Amino acid sequence: MIDLQQITKTYQSGENETQALKGVTIHVDEGEFVAIMGPSGSGKSTLMHILGALDKPSTGHYLLDGKDVSTYSEKELAELRKKKLGFVFQSFNLLPRTTAVRNVMLPLLYTNVSESKRTGLAEESLRAVGISEKHWAHMSNQLSGGQIQRVAIARALINSPRLILADEPTGNLDTKTSEMVLSVFQRLNNEGRTIVLITHEPDIANHAKRIISMRDGLIESDTQVKNRRISIEEKQ
Amino acid sequence: MRLKDLLIEALLSITANKTRTFLTVLGIVIGISSVISLISIGQGAQSSVKSQIGTLGSNLLTVSMNFNRNSLNTSEMLTTDDVKAIEKISLVKAVAPQVSTNTQIVYKGAGVNTQIIGTNDNYDDVRNITIDKGSFISSKDVTSYTKVAVVGPTAAENILGENREPLNETIKIDGIGFKIIGVTKTKGQSGMTNQDNMIYIPISTAQRYLTGNDSISSINIGVISENAMNEAKQQVTLALLKTHNIADSSSANFTVSSQTDVVETISSVSETFTLLLAAIAAISLVVGGIGIMNMMLTNVTERTKEIGLRKAIGASSTDIVVQFLTEAILLTSFGGIIGTLLGVLLSYVLTQFFNIATTVSVSSIVLAVGVSAGIGLVFGFYPAKRAARLDPIQSLRYE
Ligand SMILES: Nc1ncnc2c1ncn2[C@@H]1O[C@H](COP(=O)(O)OP(=O)(O)OP(=O)(O)O)[C@@H](O)[C@H]1O
Ligand SMILES: [Mg+2]
Repeated sequence: MIDLQQITKTYQSGENETQALKGVTIHVDEGEFVAIMGPSGSGKSTLMHILGALDKPSTGHYLLDGKDVSTYSEKELAELRKKKLGFVFQSFNLLPRTTAVRNVMLPLLYTNVSESKRTGLAEESLRAVGISEKHWAHMSNQLSGGQIQRVAIARALINSPRLILADEPTGNLDTKTSEMVLSVFQRLNNEGRTIVLITHEPDIANHAKRIISMRDGLIESDTQVKNRRISIEEKQ
Repeated sequence: MRLKDLLIEALLSITANKTRTFLTVLGIVIGISSVISLISIGQGAQSSVKSQIGTLGSNLLTVSMNFNRNSLNTSEMLTTDDVKAIEKISLVKAVAPQVSTNTQIVYKGAGVNTQIIGTNDNYDDVRNITIDKGSFISSKDVTSYTKVAVVGPTAAENILGENREPLNETIKIDGIGFKIIGVTKTKGQSGMTNQDNMIYIPISTAQRYLTGNDSISSINIGVISENAMNEAKQQVTLALLKTHNIADSSSANFTVSSQTDVVETISSVSETFTLLLAAIAAISLVVGGIGIMNMMLTNVTERTKEIGLRKAIGASSTDIVVQFLTEAILLTSFGGIIGTLLGVLLSYVLTQFFNIATTVSVSSIVLAVGVSAGIGLVFGFYPAKRAARLDPIQSLRYE
């Protein structure tokens, strides 16, 4: 599904040049669950943004389902993000002063899906990540950190994307809430969706099927997980 | 995006910072309401001028002297000879010479200043004046220098007090007693003069006791029909050139004008006045528009992350432009509607409590609301474009 060929990314800020990626080649098949690890500044988020068609590589090619993303127009990129991808960010995931339901249906506002269908899908999505009905009408600042991340995942799911990209979705969460979020990802993966997730913690990474380690803009190791941890989904 | 969603999203954003929204909208409200009320004053002046064509009589010609400081001698005055010459013209129905003066009127010890017009029995007919009670000056009053007066309703009230019957009362003009023989019907303001605050006396009496000479201030001429106005004007001019011994009409020392001429002059002045008022108001609208732009720019900066997020989940640049433009237009239209209501209210208050004629036209309302939405479009465009240009990653990394 994903084919990254010798991707480099150089940031230019004034006189300084930062090479965030120095030649990354990765292949990810449909249905995989990949965890990307690595120290801070190793280029994980940069890689994720390129995967999410939010940023363009300086050199190299990114083929998604066999098509080169760099040839897409601005409009086609927006279409791609809307239809095929679900993104969960490291921080700032929800719109402030907006209810959980409305946050979840945000991607559908940019489509022609009818209002009733939209609400139905948003509620279904919220149920799938274990957010109970009484929180649906809560404003985003009335939700806990774990709830926010799960609402963000629910939003990433609403378009039924085939690829879910999550940048440290458990970064600010305690172990119990992290487990809950991970269980959602594992279920989604079991349903056939491809997942790429960034994390610092080996414990989290072990929930994936494959771990890619990065260092200084390069891939250090790429291994299959042997003793995979499975989170039991518990509804709250 | 569907229109309904667009409006909901815009409303949510606008109501997020209520104080700022209120202050920004206030700028537009002030701009629009001043446009509406100032234009209504200008148009009110124009339409009151126009409505006077009817009250003055559309077949009235007026002759007056062009006063020239250097040659103020009696040969430059209008005289009875002029009147006689005009009376001979066949297109002329009636002639009413007039002497105007402003003197103190005393009634039972209390005095007021009022305009006095000395004229003959044709005046009421020529100038469309109707009598409410009693009668107007007769030709016999003129020939026998009678000391009688016909008063306007406002003048009567000012001189005699509110609830007194004016007929047969005696008032003192310049110390001489005049008996009131008639009261005119209310007619209203005409240009700069209030036609109801007048006192009419026989011209002969006025010349003998008040002005002390034979000169005439102006001559009112009733023409037989409206169609004959131009022809009559020419003939009057010719006749007067003859009596004044002037060969060339371009050096005439008098002016013959119809009421339409006067009204046209006044209305062109008031049109300029309306334009000037509108221009002043337009400046305040532009200032309001800059306020909108300022607010939208602050908004874009503050909502950088939101824009990044929206783009990351699939909003195109067009979606973002449309969203911010909708917000700006919604703000200005809202301000436009409130401003219109306020402007209409203000015009009403001006008319009701300050006696200033106003006309609120539908076109000025449509214009104001249209202009305010347009301001939203124009002043919202740059910030919206700026929002759409934001790179999703840069904006998500924005701290
Ligand atoms: N817009 C930018 N301009 C300049 N340098 C940048 C920019 N974005 C990222 N970098 C640099 O690129 C490098 C990689 O950043 P990146 O965000 O990908 O790291 P990361 O692996 O996600 O780190 P973390 O674990 O802390 O999130 C860093 O050195 C960073 O300073
Ligand atoms: Mg990162």
